[in-house]
Amino acid sequence: MSATFSGWRRSPLFYRLRRAVVEAACLALGLVLAIWSVAPLYNMWVIALDSHDDIFSGAVWPEHPSLGSFWVVITEDFWYLERFWHQFGNSFIVGLATMFLTLLIGSLASFTVGRMRLKHGWMLTNAALMTYVIPASFLAIPIYRIMQIYGLGDHLSSVILALTTFATPYAIFIFSQYAKSIPMELDESARIDGATPVQIYYKIYLPLMAPALVAVGTYALLLAWNEYLYNFLLLSTPQNMTVAVALAQFLNSDESPWNYMMATAIIYALPPMILYYGFRRYMAAGLTMGGVKG
Amino acid sequence: MPGNWHPRLLRPETRWLAAFILPFAILFAAFAVYPVAFCLWLGADSALYGELFANPRYPTVVLNTVLFAGLGVGLTMLLALLLSGYFTGGGRWRRMILAVFILSWAMPALPAFLSLHWMFIGYGGFMNSMLDHLLGIEGPIWFDNWGLALAINIGAYVWKWLPFWTVILMAGRTGIPKDLYDAAAVDGATMPACFRYITLPLLANLVLLCAMLATLWAVGDFTTTYFVSSGAPALTTEVLGTYGFRVGLTEGHPGLGIAAMLTALPVLVLLVAALVRRLRTADIQL
Repeated sequence: MSATFSGWRRSPLFYRLRRAVVEAACLALGLVLAIWSVAPLYNMWVIALDSHDDIFSGAVWPEHPSLGSFWVVITEDFWYLERFWHQFGNSFIVGLATMFLTLLIGSLASFTVGRMRLKHGWMLTNAALMTYVIPASFLAIPIYRIMQIYGLGDHLSSVILALTTFATPYAIFIFSQYAKSIPMELDESARIDGATPVQIYYKIYLPLMAPALVAVGTYALLLAWNEYLYNFLLLSTPQNMTVAVALAQFLNSDESPWNYMMATAIIYALPPMILYYGFRRYMAAGLTMGGVKG
Repeated sequence: MPGNWHPRLLRPETRWLAAFILPFAILFAAFAVYPVAFCLWLGADSALYGELFANPRYPTVVLNTVLFAGLGVGLTMLLALLLSGYFTGGGRWRRMILAVFILSWAMPALPAFLSLHWMFIGYGGFMNSMLDHLLGIEGPIWFDNWGLALAINIGAYVWKWLPFWTVILMAGRTGIPKDLYDAAAVDGATMPACFRYITLPLLANLVLLCAMLATLWAVGDFTTTYFVSSGAPALTTEVLGTYGFRVGLTEGHPGLGIAAMLTALPVLVLLVAALVRRLRTADIQL
């Protein structure tokens, strides 16, 4: 029995069969993964395309699909959405400002620590990483209070500053790691030629850091756009809200038009997803930039 | 001429140094050090902890946080470890599936969690409609049951973060020399044996590091529970993040809210200490 079995195991047919079974199993797993990933998005679409009365009809596909709710959002034709495009702009301002400040402050700090050989500079970066000990949600209450002390209540800059603080330690970390690949000799020869630190920073350091800047910039932009808690806490009037806060406003009532909410949610999710898929290569590079060398 | 200044402080180099580091120093002092100090000061009153521990809700919140972070991170890491192998070995269509798989990471958490909440609504929700259409079963009222609601929160967490850790571990796998697998294949090692004796030992450090980092973030997670179950049924699935927020801000008792969150601090400090140690000893950096 065992002889025939091992004979069978060595036959080419067995290998071909085994290959086919493995391939089929992999394909099935792929299908499951695709469904798992797409199901919540599909659900958003179905609700957004429904008319208000049909939302909880239990239909797997709406009977009368219509893009009406998207039109309502685009034309700001509902009272939660009265200032939608303005809030969309606010989200952009918060995202871009957070990105710019994170890149500027992070690169300056990492330049000082790594290139200008600041004494005990590593302590600074370690201290910055320590801010992660207390999760952002735990700091919500003190930061809320402090922003009022600073007189920044309900002002976009409060969110920008808070999110920049959270993004900068990561930026410094990635920059410091990446800068190790830039030879020190470049700085030294520039210095001998009489370049000031500003010139070295601007003309040598920044251009060579471009890939790291793109990776961290995308990270900061997405962090700011996607963040909810601080946006909600620090911005309260429709004039100063970002889209995330406006979106969650729908939850204030049990009778909200959920199709409008989902249409808003889809439009809100589009820019980061476009950015994400556009910059995918850089995103992955940014993650592994510190060098996940096992 | 400033009198007793150290000569080094007067060098132009030093002044540049100060100017370059100043923005970060100000930002860090104003928006990190001050809030943390303020947080500790608000939570320093020991009477708050008496009040907190006397609250019958508090033990449930702790249990939920432990289950949420423990199961969420554990499941995520296990699946990420397996899926990173699945996607690394793949041809073209597997790369296409990876592109779809990454959707949940590219998507902002808020709309995703709103959608997940609506998927599991008892009547007319997507999940129960599907169960009815495909299997003819009447689904449960998901958010009426503590276990089911918590499981959905954990599932939502896994859904959102699985692609991120899978990509990290895929990068980790590229660091394993391929000839190890070739040599094993020559010796007739099966796939599970390769996984057990090559992949697992070489990735163990990275996986552990990722798990610690993920736990650090999961313990403070707010968005998942706040939007997916919203604490339903009857605020029994709340975690520390949402509980502290509700008590501290919605109910206007900031000290108590902060005290609740600070009870997680010992665990977090231990985690960070272990993490820093590991970063220093292992040659792995994230």
